[in-house]
Amino acid sequence: MDMLINPTVVELSRLQFALTALYHFLFVPLTLGMTFILATMETVYVITGKQIYKEMTQFWGKLFGINFALGVATGLTMEFEFGTNWSMYSHFVGDIFGTPLAIEGLMAFFMESTFVGVMFFGWDRISRKAHLVVTYLVALGSNLSALWILIANGFMQDPRGGTFDPNTMRMQFSSFIDLIFNPDAQAKFVHTSIAGFVTGSMFVMGVSAYYMLTNKRKDLALRSFRIATLFGVISSIGVITLGDALGYIDGQKQPTKLAAMEAIWNTDYNTVSASWNLIAIPSRSEQKNLFEVSIPYILTPLLTHSETTVIPGIIQLEQEAKPKIANGIKAMIALKEYNLDHSNTQALATFKQYENDMGYGFLAMQFAPDQDLKKIDATNLPSVLDKTAKDTIPNVWVEFWAFRLMVAAGFFMLALFAFAAYFSLKNEIEKHPALLKLAMWSIPLPWVACEFGWITAENGRQPWTVFGWLPTFVSASTHSVGYMVFSLIGFTLLYSSFIAAELYLMFKYARLGPQDDHHGHGSAPAGGGMAGQPVFAKPSMDRK
Amino acid sequence: MDAYVYLKIFWFLILGILLMGLAIMVGMDMGVGTLMRFVGKTDGERREALNIVGPHWDGNQVWFILGGGAIFAAFPTLYATSFSVFYIVMILLLFSMIMRPVAFEYRSKVPSHRWRDSWDWVFLISGALPMIVYGAAMGNILEGVGFHFGWDGQYYQTESFIWYLLNPFAVLCGVLSLSLAIYQGGTMLMIRGSGALYDRARNYASVGGIVALVIFLIGGFMVSGMKGFQLVSGDPGMPANPVSGQTVTLANGAWMANYAAHPILWLVPLLGLAGMILGVLALRANKPTLGWWMGAVAWIGVIGAVGTSMFPFLMPSTSNPDQSITVWNGTGSEYNLVWMTIFGLIFLPIIISYTTWCFRVMRGKVAAPDTQDDHAY
Repeated sequence: MDMLINPTVVELSRLQFALTALYHFLFVPLTLGMTFILATMETVYVITGKQIYKEMTQFWGKLFGINFALGVATGLTMEFEFGTNWSMYSHFVGDIFGTPLAIEGLMAFFMESTFVGVMFFGWDRISRKAHLVVTYLVALGSNLSALWILIANGFMQDPRGGTFDPNTMRMQFSSFIDLIFNPDAQAKFVHTSIAGFVTGSMFVMGVSAYYMLTNKRKDLALRSFRIATLFGVISSIGVITLGDALGYIDGQKQPTKLAAMEAIWNTDYNTVSASWNLIAIPSRSEQKNLFEVSIPYILTPLLTHSETTVIPGIIQLEQEAKPKIANGIKAMIALKEYNLDHSNTQALATFKQYENDMGYGFLAMQFAPDQDLKKIDATNLPSVLDKTAKDTIPNVWVEFWAFRLMVAAGFFMLALFAFAAYFSLKNEIEKHPALLKLAMWSIPLPWVACEFGWITAENGRQPWTVFGWLPTFVSASTHSVGYMVFSLIGFTLLYSSFIAAELYLMFKYARLGPQDDHHGHGSAPAGGGMAGQPVFAKPSMDRK
Repeated sequence: MDAYVYLKIFWFLILGILLMGLAIMVGMDMGVGTLMRFVGKTDGERREALNIVGPHWDGNQVWFILGGGAIFAAFPTLYATSFSVFYIVMILLLFSMIMRPVAFEYRSKVPSHRWRDSWDWVFLISGALPMIVYGAAMGNILEGVGFHFGWDGQYYQTESFIWYLLNPFAVLCGVLSLSLAIYQGGTMLMIRGSGALYDRARNYASVGGIVALVIFLIGGFMVSGMKGFQLVSGDPGMPANPVSGQTVTLANGAWMANYAAHPILWLVPLLGLAGMILGVLALRANKPTLGWWMGAVAWIGVIGAVGTSMFPFLMPSTSNPDQSITVWNGTGSEYNLVWMTIFGLIFLPIIISYTTWCFRVMRGKVAAPDTQDDHAY
């Protein structure tokens, strides 16, 4: 790298990616969960033949459709953005990272998107059973889609299955098995998919609670409510269990993420009495927590599932990074020499010796004099090592609180689902309007948990795009600030109007509710030249 | 030649097929979006038009996503560089592509005239703009693009976007692409539409086909005279790294070299011409299904002709021609291409069969839905 990318451009690229990813992730969880809830409702319909379950499937399917469109639309952005804004990243890992994305298209997304049309419009064109199969294929497709995306993400968290090739200057795909059986990817897939089920359950439960409170279609609302609470209890337990497993896996591979998540600055070698921070105000400059409320004795078993494993603190991790940085600097100098002259076998040999630490050499570039690693000498080396070591730690404050908000939301939802399921099974749920109100007002909670979960995973990965190999600031495209301002303004305008339209339609159709009036003509005119009749006239999906 | 070279060529062909599939299927939807305001005078007619592609636009759009994913995996450096160098147009293309699904889902959900008319404009823009960009990007690549690489593989851009957006040849290619989309969308409207919609669609599609024919001929002459690129040295089996390893020269008429070496390749552009001529004749004879297939043939001929001219170039560089991205230095690793091939061979036939099934389930003429019917688009 001859010249580092303008830091403002890097920050704007990160901002754009984070905003578009968080935005996309508003729609994904509901799609993941709702498809299986719809499939369950339709299964009951096909088995029992009761019309009400068909009506339920179609009604919730309509709300699902409003959400699905934006999920597809904003997913496109994600696939484009690696190329448009992260060119060095795409070049560096495209050979291995692009493959799961391509397979996702082939195996999952195609299936989901093709069958969703038949699911919405094909009710009276194919048999009941065939339609049920179609609904299951949509559910399977959306969840397989998540699998391949998270396999790709797993590679960023813990790069397995790829090896760096100095002749092509990129990481090349070397083991398909290692890529797909990456423990991080596996745990994260199950965690994320189930988080989607929690989201779908909370959505159906909350909206059904609203119908009960307003006396709309109780037959449909009670049944939907019960299905949702049962789904909710099981999936909340699953999401918490898998979240714990994921934390454990990440803790081993990314100790910096774990230390930041728990705001541990100093290593406590007394593993038995080590205390866990419930609340903390971490300070980066002072390298300690300005305030903390902590509980002794539970840290070690909670995080490491053992009594004796020492959890390294941030200060220790910074010290441990320094030798890697020193090696990385040597690796990068040798790599550049080799790339300028491929006959320089001496440089290649030096590079091979320090290859595994090359990412730390990339990371040190930003602190080298004139951003040239060759200008690092004995006098300025300590300061470069010091600054780079500090840079290996993610933002502790963000990591600590994002993680806690996610966990708090998760446990709250588990309790809510448990109470709701209990009263629903006892057929007493209508006697508890306070619980119904709480269920309704809790609808946003799973989204809060999902978004903060994403922040925990990806903020904790910093300063890397590919953990230990490629720093974020090297990964970006060499755009001008003007380009970035153009796209950011465009995204902001477009996405704000989308969310306004989506929320408007969601509220409109959710409030309107499932209608039992099969005619509906003659109600209040809605105004406008073509209107005069209510929009929601027919509960069935048959086309004219 | 070793297996890696065959794999590189195979994936070049797959890239071509994906670009053709994308152009035919997504182009058709874009054409319908572009034409909707013109073929549909009433709200009912516009909804009829929308519902003609309603059950399939989403599946078709996946060709686009699949194309992106395949380029990312099989041609990582091409993906990284082309998407970044064409930033502004790529972002505009992206905005169009994300507005369209939302327009489909939301347009007919509210009966207000203003709401629907606003979304109809979205359909026009998000249909026409991407097709122009698609063609213009192809045109730009034929002319060569101003970029080169640092030692580590990071690209540097040496040309402002205004130039590649506004040069006449690129604009001409954009109009060609839009015309073919209008043709393809129009034939689909004829196949599943009726009455006044059918008649208007027939007229617009015929005009689209004729305009495409004229531009394709003019464009062909322009390409034969323009400065093309020629690979002087470069081992097809080289490690995929565009930074060094090949020598490239520029020469007038170089894009015709492959045709001169293998005259049988002239069949490719002739196929395109035949598709356009026979297609327009089929529409005049009220045979829209035949016309649709001729439109597909026209796209295959046009994209095939570009690929034939340029092979082995994927994205030539004007500021450092030796660093042009070619089939030899722009692909993924051999291991990756093997896995991609395996997955492609398993899943493409499956995709084609269920897509065909879905089209069969949803086939037949479409009538305009009632204003209050919100179960259709």
